[in-house]
Parts: sequence; C-alpha cells; structure tokens
Amino acid sequence: MNIPAELKYTASHEWVKVNADGTLTVGITDHAQDLLGDMVFVENPAVGRELKAGEECAVVESVKAASDIYAPVAGVVLAANADVESAPEVLNKDAYSAWLFTLKPADPADVDGLMTAAAYRALVEAEAH
Amino acid sequence: MLKQTPLNAAHRRMGAKMVDFGGWDMPLSYGSQLDEHHQVRRDAGMFDVSHMLVADVQGEGVRGFLRGLVANNVDKLTVPGKGLYSCMLNPEGGVIDDLIIYFMAENRFRIVVNAGTADKDIAWMREQVAERALTITPRRDLAMIAVQGPQARAKVWAAIPGSEAATSTMKPFNAIEFQHYFIARTGYTGEDGFEVILPAGEAEALWQRLAALGVKPAGLGARDTLRLEAGMNLYGQDMDDSTSPLESGLAWTVDLRSEREFVGKAALQSRDIDRQLAGLVLLDKGVLRAHQSVRTRYGDGVVTSGTFSPTLQQSIALARIPLGIAPGTDVTVQVRDRELTARVVNYPFVRNGKAVLSPRPGPITEIKE
Repeated sequence: MNIPAELKYTASHEWVKVNADGTLTVGITDHAQDLLGDMVFVENPAVGRELKAGEECAVVESVKAASDIYAPVAGVVLAANADVESAPEVLNKDAYSAWLFTLKPADPADVDGLMTAAAYRALVEAEAH
Repeated sequence: MLKQTPLNAAHRRMGAKMVDFGGWDMPLSYGSQLDEHHQVRRDAGMFDVSHMLVADVQGEGVRGFLRGLVANNVDKLTVPGKGLYSCMLNPEGGVIDDLIIYFMAENRFRIVVNAGTADKDIAWMREQVAERALTITPRRDLAMIAVQGPQARAKVWAAIPGSEAATSTMKPFNAIEFQHYFIARTGYTGEDGFEVILPAGEAEALWQRLAALGVKPAGLGARDTLRLEAGMNLYGQDMDDSTSPLESGLAWTVDLRSEREFVGKAALQSRDIDRQLAGLVLLDKGVLRAHQSVRTRYGDGVVTSGTFSPTLQQSIALARIPLGIAPGTDVTVQVRDRELTARVVNYPFVRNGKAVLSPRPGPITEIKE
C-alpha cells in the first residue's frame, strides 16, 4: 500500500502536504482511488472559499460512485487543480501528484491534529478486516 | 456467509476486487472497470453470471401454466430453443422479476431469473402451480458464463469444439443444447455473444479456455455500464414490485392483445399510466446517479439508474418522468447542491459498439410549447 511517510492524512482518506510556506496541498490517498476505481469527475472548491474543518468541499466521482472530500483543517482555498478536473483519471495513475486544491490554514498548529502515515496505515488495515 | 459461484477461486486468482452483491461474493472488476467495458464493446469479455438462477419447469401443460404466469405471451415460442424476455407480475401489476423463458419441448421450459429475487421467484411460481402436475427444479448444479462482444461467438466456438456447426446459424434470443452445454445467443450488454450454461464442475475449465483465447474477464461494474448504455433495465432499480412494466419502458414485453389471462393483467388494464421511463444524457459536467430528482414542466421524476458512459464519455441515465415529456426536451436534475441540465433522449444509447443517440445531444432540438 502506497502511503508516503512525509504526508499527513485524514480518516476520510485525504492526504495533506505541508508546504515550506505553511500552505497545505490536499488530495485523495492511493487507497481511496483504489476503492473508488476509474475516476471520471472532479469538482473542486472555489478559490477564496473559507472552509471549516471537516466541511464537505469537493467531490470526486468514479464510474461506480461519488465521494465527498472534506476539508482536513479550517482555512481558505488558495488554488484548485484544473488539470485533475479535466482529466480525473490521473487520480488513478498517481494519487499523490494529482492534488485537488491548496489551502491556507486558519491556524498552522491544526496540522498537528492530522494522522501520521503510520496511523493512517493502521486505519486502512483495520478497515480491511 | 456470502454465497459463492463455482468460479469464485478463479476470480480471486485473477485479482478481482470482490463485493457483496445481494448475498453473493462477486467480482466487481479485475483492475479497470473502464478497460473491461471497452474490451466487451471492441473485442470480447466474459462474465460469471452463475449467481443467476436457472430453473427447469417440466410436466404436462407447462405452456398453459406459463401463459398465466408471465406478462409476455409464451405462445410466441413456436420453435424449440426460442427464448422470450418477460416480466412476472404480482396481482397489482407490479414486477416480481424480469426473466427469460426458453421453450425446449412442450413438457420442458427453462427459465433464467435474477439472483437477488431467485428465492422469491421460485416460491411464487410454486404457489401458482397449484394442483398442476408440474415440477419446478432450481438448478444450482449449473453455472453460467456470458461471453459478450463482437468476437464473442468466435471465441466460444474456439473454446467448445463442435459448437460452431451447432450455433453458427442460430439467431439472437435462441438457444441450443449442445453436448452438456446450453448455449443461448443472449446477453446484457448490447453486443452479440452467448450465455453458456454448463455443469458447475466444468465452469472453471471453460473459463480458463476462454481466457487462454484472449477473452478478458469483466466484473459487475462493467456489466452495469454496458447494460445501461444498451438501455436494459435492472431489476430493483428501474422496476420492482411496486412499478408497472408499462411505466418501466417494458410495454413491448406485455401482451394485452390476446384473450389470455395472466397474473396482473386486470391491474394493468385498470391502472392509469402517467409516468414513463426515459433516457437522459447529461449536458453539464457531472454524473447522474440513481435517486437524483428530475424536474420537468409536467412535474417531478427520479433517476432510476445513472452512470458515466464509457462509450459516449458523458453521463447517461434512465429516469422515471411524467408522460408527455418528449425526446429532445431539456430537464433539470438535482445533483447535490447543483441543478444540472439533461436532455431526454430515446434509448438504447449504444448498440453493437456504436452510439445510437437520437436525437443527439446538441444545440436546438428543444420542443417549443
């Protein structure tokens, strides 16, 4: 299972990268894309939208099902990835380069509340049983 | 404990992602559902459909029994091997199940029913048999493999020596018993092909022979997108015990012209029909899904089946909407917090590998009031 050690995670299968400038890049995990199967639609949040932690803010849809994406922490949307909207199948090819949106966190310390790679791996393994 | 088909181990060896499908442990896909879909449209794919139930009805007067049991007319079956698609109705005119009946001999008909409804179907049929000297035998000793696609028949011919001579002139919706195989030219994809019924113990050998000939396995995911593109109803979604076949795009399967009585006929004749099953093509970006609400100028409707069409590269659906909304009309579908525009179209959407959308989605076919 591909769970990069340097990223943070949520129980709802988003990955979060903490950038050098303190902004966050958000995507869905390899496990999530594997569960959903062939991706065909992505709807990202509008740039400038203020998100509450845990708020539904984006949708990814595979042929099989639609899945909500939740804001990992509170913050403001800085950018949305148009490439992944026009070619959702890149999520299946490499879930960790196919980011969805970037976020300026309301409080940089909130990131500490996210899951580590080890904790996320344990969660996924527990779900499999 | 989930039920398993005779091919369960083969699916797992081939890397299938398995799901609980109505109590059966079935392959959803073996990798990419889209690849499996295209494989069937362009070449040949195979599906394990052994979860569906084959039942043999035998004895004197089977035909008379079936005349009263189902909404289509078994008197259309005049040549042995001929198959008939029909709904089996309850007294209220709702659909207990949709099924295929094959006429093998006057004292022997074969019925193939859906997996999820199989127990209910058999119980209902036995109740309807009443005092007749008929036996209904569920054949869980059999397996069924659907081989579908433009190359499907040739692959089956190569996999089952001698089958080509036996089936090469057989027309669609006919079946033949060849050795210990029952080979029907039927399917659920809108492509040519066969559904092969055979003893459970031989299913894996045929599956492996087909695989060796380049036939790729396809799962339930591709089966659903293929059948929806082909405009074929799915029981439990597009119709069920509470919906009339006349509101489900299945009027062509209901024979109300003959004098024949059948269960549900009186209800169908007395019930006002104010809804229809229509095809939708989404003009906006997004994906139509079952249960989304549809707004039309004559009232609301609901999506019964929706998906992304791999062949058309846009979302399509079947929806139950008010009568009078004609093809070419644009309607509004509520998708989460957004109102998206979809166009009502005739279906099927795809047949034999090609889009058959009519009228095509595009500018200016709006019907003016």
